[in-house]
Amino acid sequence: MKINHSQPLEYSTEHNRFSILGFWIFLGAEIMLFGTLFASYFVLVDHTGNGPVGAEIFEITPILMETIFLLTSSFTIGLAIHAMRVGKQKAMITFFIITLLLGMGFLGYEIYDFFMYVHEGATIQTSAFTAILFLTLGTHGAHVTFGLFWGSVIITQLIKHGINYETANKSFIFSLYWHFLDVVWIFIFSFVFLKGMM
Amino acid sequence: MDFFNRFAIPNPTPTIYASMVAIALTVIAVIIGLTYFKKWGYLFREWLTTVDHKRIGIMYLISALLMLFRGGVDAIMMRAQTAVPENTFLNAAEYNEVFTTHGVVMIFFMAMAFIIALMNFVVPLQIGARDVAFPRLNLLSFWLYFVGAMLFNLSFVLGGSPNAGWTSYFPLAGTQFSESVGTNYYMWALQISGLGTLMTGINFIVTILKMRAPGMTLMKMPMFTWSALVTNIIIVFAFPVLTVTLLMGTFDRQFGTNFFTMTNGGDDMLWANLFWVWGHPEVYILILPAFGIYSEVIPTFTQRNLYGYKSMVLSMVIISLLSFMVWVHHFFTMGQGALTNSIFSFTTMLIAIPTGMKIFNWLLTIRKGKIRFTVPMLYSLGFIPLFTIGGVTGVMLAMASADYQYHNTMFLVAHFHNVIIPGVVFAMLAGLTYWWPKMFGFMLNEKIGKWAFWFISIGFCLAFFPMYISGLDGQARRMYTYSAETGFGVWNMISFIGAGMMAIGFIIIVYNIYYSIRYSPRNVGDDPWNARSLEWATHNPVPEYNFAVTPQVNSSEALWDAKKNGHKLFKGELKEIHMPNNSGLPVIMAVLFFVFGFSFVFSIWPGVILSGVGIFSSMAYQSYMKDRGKHISVEEIKETEAKFGGGKK
Repeated sequence: MKINHSQPLEYSTEHNRFSILGFWIFLGAEIMLFGTLFASYFVLVDHTGNGPVGAEIFEITPILMETIFLLTSSFTIGLAIHAMRVGKQKAMITFFIITLLLGMGFLGYEIYDFFMYVHEGATIQTSAFTAILFLTLGTHGAHVTFGLFWGSVIITQLIKHGINYETANKSFIFSLYWHFLDVVWIFIFSFVFLKGMM
Repeated sequence: MDFFNRFAIPNPTPTIYASMVAIALTVIAVIIGLTYFKKWGYLFREWLTTVDHKRIGIMYLISALLMLFRGGVDAIMMRAQTAVPENTFLNAAEYNEVFTTHGVVMIFFMAMAFIIALMNFVVPLQIGARDVAFPRLNLLSFWLYFVGAMLFNLSFVLGGSPNAGWTSYFPLAGTQFSESVGTNYYMWALQISGLGTLMTGINFIVTILKMRAPGMTLMKMPMFTWSALVTNIIIVFAFPVLTVTLLMGTFDRQFGTNFFTMTNGGDDMLWANLFWVWGHPEVYILILPAFGIYSEVIPTFTQRNLYGYKSMVLSMVIISLLSFMVWVHHFFTMGQGALTNSIFSFTTMLIAIPTGMKIFNWLLTIRKGKIRFTVPMLYSLGFIPLFTIGGVTGVMLAMASADYQYHNTMFLVAHFHNVIIPGVVFAMLAGLTYWWPKMFGFMLNEKIGKWAFWFISIGFCLAFFPMYISGLDGQARRMYTYSAETGFGVWNMISFIGAGMMAIGFIIIVYNIYYSIRYSPRNVGDDPWNARSLEWATHNPVPEYNFAVTPQVNSSEALWDAKKNGHKLFKGELKEIHMPNNSGLPVIMAVLFFVFGFSFVFSIWPGVILSGVGIFSSMAYQSYMKDRGKHISVEEIKETEAKFGGGKK
């Protein structure tokens, strides 16, 4: 494996560069995925049938908590990558773990939110609006859940092998993924929740 | 017994029972054959687990040909049923299933697979690479496609085929009107194979952007590679839309949501819109690589540079952008209002401009060329006029107000077959014949190939031109029969004869393959067509590592330049080559995905959960696995090169 030391570690081999470019293209596909969900959401947002409208079921506290958790986790994964760049393995792993814990916090609140919706009579079967609401939030939540498993796999490899061109590459790609989920959440926060509560 | 009742076929007929027996016998025969000839190990090591892009391409090719047979049988059954008025060969329910599976199989499992087969085989060779960027992912893509195709075909004998048309419009495709699990199969087969296609898209974009031989700038890429790049970009942006759409369809059918229902705020037009937001780009995913193939074949057999290289690239890019802006023209009659229809009518007609540019470029390439009428060239020459007719009828359909007359008639059916068959199918047959010697080391017989060409193209004209007339007279598509008074009988009989001729044409192709395997000479050289691009600069058949020395390119017609202007393609010494190892994990994941899809179709939740856990565990296992590939030593390369007839230039 040829390692180019003039590049950052995560870009240092040909395969690493391929993986990062490939992942950016994958994120392009993910934008289309969430774009389709948002487009469908805007179409169906007023199709509430006999069910509740958004303003009746949205509650600001859990949503704010979710937002704080996820935005902070985006910051800590950035710190983890910074620690990786300066070669501090311990700090990197710590920030990785904090990121995943914040992600879990986010997920906990989201699940709580889902229970509250169902409790208030807005199940996935109630109306077209609730269906697309659950599908959009659920797709994002499923991405976060997948990220938790993925991140854990990377942490075990960091502990075992330290920072090398392979683990650096994986961690960097994971950070791209995690930031992306944050961006999607900002859209959900603005256009689903804030707009819905106004 | 309740558990097993779900697997029953809703409308069993002797044909289906016969198929069950036939499938069982075939499976047993294959298993006995492999065991008897002790080929299990060979099959598994050399093919099923291979990460070699050339072998993956050939596996796609074989699957595509099998699916062509399945879709073709469906087509013949439809034409036979409508050949005479009031026919009772198929009943209405069977006819619904047949036209649905014909569409799905031909688009997803035949045409897509054929296109990806040729891309897999040709693109890395054309850019002078040793493999694709992510070889293991490439194998996984193949397996996901294959699992999707098998799942879809299984519906015929377990649980019932989908019957809501290949577009599966809701509410028809909802549980209220399509009770059987058929449409569940549709959702999951397409979901799984679509996932594979998306990964292929990512893989090839990275391959083409990052792995080109030194000197091959973007504007010096062969045209087929350009078409592959544009196509894969469309794939990456179009397929996620399908993913979401199918997911919503699944939720509506299996979890009782109201996305597309008629009650509780559901919006059935949302399905139509989303489906075609993916569906129209899909049309260009199929046709652009076909254009790329013609752009390789025509210069080769006229011995002239491709006319208007830059405008060819530009027109493909414009087509790819426009392809996302025309989807409403598939349902002008479904109540959008005049303004929306006018806008989409306009954007649709715009597509004729870049397409027309391409037609003229091909014509100007042929002009003053030294034409050799080989089989690939015959398909290309047949393509130009026939496709233009299809394009012109497309512009007729694009006129929103006139479309009220054509909509959902046989006129439409004639139009899209008129672009898909001379466009995509002719290109695939041309490409297959053209690259066959690169794949297998011998040529297909030209004389038999020409017979096939004439049967297929004359058969095509007979089968589809009458539909324009009967369509304008008002024959609706997807109707299983009609009365004698309508006067459609004669046109449908001509269609049936044409379809029969096409079937004979395909049988001739199969015979040609058999004949050529037995009798074709094996010493055809590396470059039997006197061609122009890099894939012909290496041996026949191609060694595992493609090129012993990475080629140096300085024009868009790299090999032609080397042959005529003495440019040296291969400079430098042999070096150790790094290649990826085979991987069994994609096969295991394929099995897991099959169990996942199958269990989901029948709502067997333990199966869904177990296989889902299995899929994620495989991904984690892959992450922990240390596999840095293997190295082929210089001695080994020298040995291989000598075996293939001497070191390369």
